[in-house]
Amino acid sequence: MKASTSRSTIKLEVTRYRPSVDSEPHDQSYEIPCTDDMVVLDALNYIKDRVDGTLSFRWSCHMGVCGSCGVMVNGQPKLSCAIFLRDYKREPIHIEPLTNFPIIRDLVTDITDFMTKLKAVKPWIIRKKEKPLSEGEYRQSAEELERYHQFSGCINCMLCYSACPVYGLHPGFLGPAAAALAYRYNLDSRDQGNDERQPAIASQEGIWECTFVGECTVVCPKDVDPAAALQRSKVATAQSLLGSFILPRASGKSATEGSS
Amino acid sequence: MRATWWLRNPRYFLFMVREFSSVFVAAFLVLFLLQIRGLRAGAEVYQEYLERLHEPGWIAFHAVAFLFAMYHSLTWFDLTSKIQVVRLGRTVVNRRIVAGLNILAWLVVSGGIFLYWTRG
Amino acid sequence: MASANRTSVPRIEPIWWALFSAGGFVSAFLVPVHLFVNGLAVPLGWLDTDIASYARMSELINQPLVRIYLFVLIALPLYTWAHRFLFTVQDMGLARFRKPLAVLCYGSAVTGSFWAVWILW
Ligand code: SF4
Ligand code: FES
Repeated sequence: MKASTSRSTIKLEVTRYRPSVDSEPHDQSYEIPCTDDMVVLDALNYIKDRVDGTLSFRWSCHMGVCGSCGVMVNGQPKLSCAIFLRDYKREPIHIEPLTNFPIIRDLVTDITDFMTKLKAVKPWIIRKKEKPLSEGEYRQSAEELERYHQFSGCINCMLCYSACPVYGLHPGFLGPAAAALAYRYNLDSRDQGNDERQPAIASQEGIWECTFVGECTVVCPKDVDPAAALQRSKVATAQSLLGSFILPRASGKSATEGSS
Repeated sequence: MRATWWLRNPRYFLFMVREFSSVFVAAFLVLFLLQIRGLRAGAEVYQEYLERLHEPGWIAFHAVAFLFAMYHSLTWFDLTSKIQVVRLGRTVVNRRIVAGLNILAWLVVSGGIFLYWTRG
Repeated sequence: MASANRTSVPRIEPIWWALFSAGGFVSAFLVPVHLFVNGLAVPLGWLDTDIASYARMSELINQPLVRIYLFVLIALPLYTWAHRFLFTVQDMGLARFRKPLAVLCYGSAVTGSFWAVWILW
């Protein structure tokens, strides 16, 4: 049999920070047994169960759906449940909390800011007036669904916020995921909330701070493409503003995609 | 976040190169405008200007500026193809095709300008 | 978080952005060929030097459409520079000087546009 690249043990360096004990975050090394099918989250769970029960980190689904297990792996934001140890040849593997967020304890970060921003864009279907139940559901064609479908896959994992230098530099910036979700609902044929979302999106700290670095799209585990959503929002906002100089009111679903 | 964040990741670095291409493009255009001003000032002034363009320093500047201008063009077509949604009937045209068509149009336009400018 | 900023929708920002993007389009399509001909091919002798001669260039510039073309070619990319330069230097640690830098950058682009009109007409 050929020698495989698999190792029997693996070295990890994990950020530790317990506010009651530590004055600041520091690294702690662990060496644990490992197999080819282990993801980073398995390693963390191994440490917590067998080596050091004080290690804290978030996770829930272990299948890339809940979005709670994001950490920095060798400096790149990753879902720890979706990234295999075997893909990292160099040891030790560095595991840190997501950058650009305040750290609460070990790998757990404070996500309040993201939650506030998410709420600010009202990521739900807004109707000026709800249809009575008797009139049935809001129907949508396959084509109308396709318009926003890509942007609806977000699992709020915040990897894009960690990847975004603009968010790191301007904490007020609305950021990739919230902007993408706002765009997703603005594109939805059932939605009538463009105007309500506009203050959060079109403000200086909404979309205009973005410089299209594009790293959010690179790291997104769900192919949401927040960078495209942000740029298209800029096009749509600029169009509707320039349009409003000519026509008194130029908003509507057709204008939102901002494209030709 | 430190001011050197863009050195941390090669993609951040290329982003910076892309943004700074605008400095070289603008610098070239200002020089071009100065050349036109020389033209307005008469044959002698203009001739002086033309001769300066032969100096190695200016050639070097234009060579570097040309590389940045090309980098701007190529990244621009790549970026706009991510933003533009081109629909043919019910289907969305693949963005690589959109970028390719843009590059094709760019070559045609450049060829046209070249011919007009150099033949007259 | 500066929540006061978030509720106000700036009217000027989309205009700068639209000029930036128009300029990016113009530089992408038009600048390389001019840079090549004027800055490299003629000075290096790859093309006949007559192409940039006084007589030939005067003849070009006397055409009203060429003048309008040159205005678009020169003025719009200045806004691309202003926008990108402002945002990048601010993000390289000069965020404190955002206001004066914005005046300087966009101001230069506007001045440059008027200067181009002045020279071309
Ligand atoms: S846009 Fe992608 S990276 Fe950002 S929070 Fe949503 S799923 Fe995560
Ligand atoms: S644990 Fe749910 S996405 Fe990783």
